[in-house]
Amino acid sequence: MLKSVEELRALRAEAKASMDAENRKIIICGGAGCVSKGANKVYETLVSKLEEKGVKFTVKLEKCHDGDPVRVTKSGCHGFCEVGPLLRVEPQGWLYVKVKPEDCDEIIDTTINNGKCVDRLCYTKHGIIYREQKEVPFYKKQTRVSLANCDKIDATSIEEYLAQGGYTAFEKVLSGMTSEEIVNEITESGLRGRGGGGFPTGRKWSQVARQKNFPKYVVCNGDEGDPGAFMDRSVMEDDPHRMLEGMMIAGFATGANDGYIYVRAEYPLAVARLKNAIAQATELGLLGDNILGSGFSFHMHINRGAGAFVCGEGSALTASIEGKRGMPRVKPPRTVEHGLFDQPTVLNNVETFANVADIINKGSAWYKATGTDNSSGTKTFALTGNIENAGLIEVPMGTTLREVIFDIGGGIRNGGEFKAVQIGGPSGGCLTEEHLDLPLDFDSLKEVGAIIGSGGLVVMDKNTCMVEVARFFMNFTRNESCGKCVPCREGTKRMLEILERIVEGKGEEGDIELLEELADTISHAALCGLGKTAAGPVVSTIKYFKDEYLAHIHEKRCPAGECKKLKTYVIEEELCKGCSKCARNCPTGAIKGEIKKPYKIDQKLCIKCGGCINGCPFKAIKEV
Amino acid sequence: MEQTIDFAVLDQAIKEFGNEEKSLIAILQRAQEHYRYLPKEIFPYLAEKLSLSEAKIYGVATFYENFSLEQKGKFVIKVCDGTACHVRKSIPILEALRDKLGLSEEKKTTDDLLFTVETVSCLGACSSAPAVMVNDEIYPTMTPESAVALLEELKEKN
Repeated sequence: MLKSVEELRALRAEAKASMDAENRKIIICGGAGCVSKGANKVYETLVSKLEEKGVKFTVKLEKCHDGDPVRVTKSGCHGFCEVGPLLRVEPQGWLYVKVKPEDCDEIIDTTINNGKCVDRLCYTKHGIIYREQKEVPFYKKQTRVSLANCDKIDATSIEEYLAQGGYTAFEKVLSGMTSEEIVNEITESGLRGRGGGGFPTGRKWSQVARQKNFPKYVVCNGDEGDPGAFMDRSVMEDDPHRMLEGMMIAGFATGANDGYIYVRAEYPLAVARLKNAIAQATELGLLGDNILGSGFSFHMHINRGAGAFVCGEGSALTASIEGKRGMPRVKPPRTVEHGLFDQPTVLNNVETFANVADIINKGSAWYKATGTDNSSGTKTFALTGNIENAGLIEVPMGTTLREVIFDIGGGIRNGGEFKAVQIGGPSGGCLTEEHLDLPLDFDSLKEVGAIIGSGGLVVMDKNTCMVEVARFFMNFTRNESCGKCVPCREGTKRMLEILERIVEGKGEEGDIELLEELADTISHAALCGLGKTAAGPVVSTIKYFKDEYLAHIHEKRCPAGECKKLKTYVIEEELCKGCSKCARNCPTGAIKGEIKKPYKIDQKLCIKCGGCINGCPFKAIKEV
Repeated sequence: MEQTIDFAVLDQAIKEFGNEEKSLIAILQRAQEHYRYLPKEIFPYLAEKLSLSEAKIYGVATFYENFSLEQKGKFVIKVCDGTACHVRKSIPILEALRDKLGLSEEKKTTDDLLFTVETVSCLGACSSAPAVMVNDEIYPTMTPESAVALLEELKEKN
């Protein structure tokens, strides 16, 4: 156990020296995307082949390097999940994509033994081979701060975090910063809550620091519930110590001695990695009583969520940690005064805490140099949906949607046409072509009826029906409404009923106005953020895609061709051989005809079940 | 059917997490993992041990999606219907699985208690969309066909 700041410095220097001595390195991405595509198999094959071939290698950070072995390691998420499993060769920085176990022989012979690049494994676009990761368009416009370590270090090793300068900020704080100085630095930096609200972090901390009521708590919101968002998952799984360090600094600054991390149930690996990190930090004496002889004590606890989206809301989250139903309460009093166990509480999101150490280390001026006037720093985004390069990215605040979607994201999947991007999850909105040059920051999006939210960007192409998207989100919010307040519980249910009617072709005159009226009431009268923003996707799709609503309601037509109930099934005469299979499959007897002559569908009887299409051996039945 | 419930796992969880209200969710999670559901017998038992009302425990158990009062299958298949998976067509996967196993929105578990099919709002594996999670393992870029093939694979594993 470390007894002083000096001992911590010595340990860090030792870890850094070991890491610097690693001349050659193969880093395989161990993020969820790559693992699900077989990264573990690649790692195991590489290790066993190296053994077979008698090549000197190590899998762990080791103190001294004898005979220059190659280091083979698994890091966290590299972000470019679309083309995983990913493998990076250091020091050259070469990036190999879609690596298969069969490629390991060539990687060993060509790259490890001969120092040459395997070009066929490099990312290729429009005939250009991109060898170095930093040259790949996906990475070129990114600035990775909170994700900086994710693709570099082994998340299960505290030594590797230390080697990257880990716990330097915590050390600086313990070596003589006052609570006021820390809070000022954070306030000056302009850091705003990355969970979606964008509340100034420094102000929150100063409000808790002011409270005279002890004990106080630091709570980390790792209940990343927005569908289409996985940036916090990456930080928790791939760089857990960075988050812990942020929480510890928050504890020191506000006078709290206990930290609680609330992780959603769907992230078992994040729970395991955080537990491991807490055990390591405790063993080294970075957590516990009288840390490094400073007199400051801090203990960390983990709570697993149990599957309730509403627990991402502050007061619901603290209720859940207390062992209760996760229902929000009326505010004020605010969490900073009466939070967890009714005590003053700093509640921040994972990514917010992940920014803290760098701000303390490099200063608020450094942090402010990136981003826009009112939104400093960088923001992570999860890029998903109908996009060429799905993955996890981090860009300076103020980067435009066009840069994110087209330069980094590579445009629309399969050469499709851009239609809209859904931002901010179920609380957010849809943006269209006209917003592509809008800088992404907390304030710019509010003006056009969207929010940055936690950073989920779901890109949609021309085949996506926007009314269906609105229905999808309303279904989500209706399911996740906790039921405490009437506007949200009943309002989301009624809005969903109307939307379901519209996509089924039963929309009526006045439905749009009714939706707008309900949206207005829920937004004003709901108790918590979930309800207040529940209508966001509906309002924004009505605003920007009203003609699609009108086509569904008046013409009973889905312009995107997605809504099943609005499709017409027809048999193409030239392709139909008159086998009668469809007629026998049809549950309503809507298909009639004579054997060996083209059959016909009676549209009045057709219930659009699709049974005929799936059964046709000649692919003669089409949806139009 | 009379079923004897072994409370040892609860005693162990209470010992580990503490016999207070704030440990309730962690204890229920342990019980859910062990029994694969929350048998009704555990409510009076926990009420006494934790000095809480049965109603309160029941309230918590029914609030959270992860707790089930009915027995779940050995393989819990969660089809992700988060936004990213939804726009990359996750519903046909769900329908294929339900069709194959004779399950529906109401009937989620097969009679032999082998499979449970449910949806989940987001697995955070959006880059692998559409994704399916079986127990704790994620299967990426699924299609209705590969999902049905997965069922066979799981059956063999059993």
